[in-house]
Amino acid sequence: MKRYAWLIPTIYIIFLMLPIYWLVTMSFKTTNEILGSFTLFPQRFTLDNYRTIFTDPTWYWGYINSIIYVSLNTVISVAAALPAAYAFSRYRFLGDKHLFFWLLTNRMAPAAVFALPFFQLYSAIELFDTHIAVALAHTLFNIPLAVWILEGFMSGVPRQLDETAYVDGYSFPAFFTKIFIPTIGAGIGVAAFFCFMFSWVELLLAKTLTAVYAKPIAATMTKTASTSGYELGLLAAAGTLTIIPGAIVIWFVRNYIAKGFALGRV
Amino acid sequence: MNKPVNQKAWFFVLPVLLLVAFNAIVPLMTVVNYSVQETFGNNEFFWSGVIWFEELMRNPRFHDSLGRQFTFTLTILAIEIPLGVIIALAMPRKGIWVSVCLVLMALPLLIPWNVVGAMWNIFALPEIGLLGKTLNTLGFDYNYTRQTGAAWFTLITMDVWHWTSLVVLLSYAGLVSIPDAYYQAARIDGASPWAIFRYIQLPKMKRVLTIAILLRFMDSFNIYTEPLVLTGGGPGNSTTLLSIDLAKKALGEFDLGPAAAMSLIYFLVILLTSWIFYTLMMRNEEQ
Repeated sequence: MKRYAWLIPTIYIIFLMLPIYWLVTMSFKTTNEILGSFTLFPQRFTLDNYRTIFTDPTWYWGYINSIIYVSLNTVISVAAALPAAYAFSRYRFLGDKHLFFWLLTNRMAPAAVFALPFFQLYSAIELFDTHIAVALAHTLFNIPLAVWILEGFMSGVPRQLDETAYVDGYSFPAFFTKIFIPTIGAGIGVAAFFCFMFSWVELLLAKTLTAVYAKPIAATMTKTASTSGYELGLLAAAGTLTIIPGAIVIWFVRNYIAKGFALGRV
Repeated sequence: MNKPVNQKAWFFVLPVLLLVAFNAIVPLMTVVNYSVQETFGNNEFFWSGVIWFEELMRNPRFHDSLGRQFTFTLTILAIEIPLGVIIALAMPRKGIWVSVCLVLMALPLLIPWNVVGAMWNIFALPEIGLLGKTLNTLGFDYNYTRQTGAAWFTLITMDVWHWTSLVVLLSYAGLVSIPDAYYQAARIDGASPWAIFRYIQLPKMKRVLTIAILLRFMDSFNIYTEPLVLTGGGPGNSTTLLSIDLAKKALGEFDLGPAAAMSLIYFLVILLTSWIFYTLMMRNEEQ
């Protein structure tokens, strides 16, 4: 049985790759070929779809916008979650357990419920259609997750570390930045990965909170589909390009994911 | 480990509290506000009490979408959790293949949700999609834009494709944290593979599995973009899940009162179920 165990992940990965292969192969076809015939490989290989995206500002600005608000969100979420997770993992205080669960409940809030109120709220404070609005809105579900993950990692670090540092004469800020943060580096990597991931893939709130200047790539795709008919080849190329930032991020954190999870309690 | 009591720890929590409160409480109060009012346009609102809630409780459309939502969530949990555990058990533990497996498996998790929907929409088309064409060539009559069964099959396959990897990653992390000594002891006792799974691996994975179930429950209950792009809730209303129905009401028909009432009930269902899970999880941990 052990000898054939590798078959299971292999079959699973093939299953995962099939739709992705189909998307990538379509991005090298013309729309006519996609609609006209069923071909496993592009018959007339074309890079036109990609050329359109890289030369048209409405397309490539979509990518830049997405990357800006996702990065902002990751930085805000992790930076705010670090001290909070430290407090949860090291101290007891009034209402700590309730507070922790209340934070988690926000991870459960359906985006469909909050879409309209978010629009009104961010319009009222005149942040509508800015990158910071989307970044702040996404903290709603990313901060609870980051606190949850980081708290797990921090609880895995023995408290003797803190006490030894204080005995050695470190002040709290010096200890936190010079000793503690490097110790839980893997945890920060995992938390940042998940914040990046959930902010990158979310569309409903990002689309609701933007119009022109901060419009995410995913929203650009839906707009183009409805105005100029179905440009399937172009859409496939745009879709393929949305996979790439994710793939790069996974590549950087792959070791953290394998080891990192095990270290923390997550 | 007894943690010291320190009320100053509140200052550490303050930034998180302010950010989340700003994003959570103001919109939630807006929803509550709408749910008890009636409007005839012109920004004029009238107090209407709980009529929207009463109406919703009797509304067959709401019952149907709630039923579909539970069917969907329970089905994908029943498939993804065991499948994820099986794949995690079969994964290599050392060497280059670990990285390769992890990177490839994590890929679907990082694709924007509307791209996932669009990708499967095309992939499953009976004429030009790889899946649809293959199934039809094999003799199945498959057309997810017209058949309810096929639409559900596609929806569930898509979700399994999209999210099983999360269960795999979490279970795998639980598995690699088991020290080798446990396995050696089991080998000396001559334990069967099933006994090793039942008495060593499963208990060690309990915590990560609870997290996996909780996350998958919350996220599948909130699922919106993927089914909307894949089937648009059709054919008919057969794949209209709760959030799609809600968005139709709130954004499409602009029925703010009923939509808000529905939002609150929706949120409460998720909250209550998650709270039960969470309490059970915490009790297990204390033991």
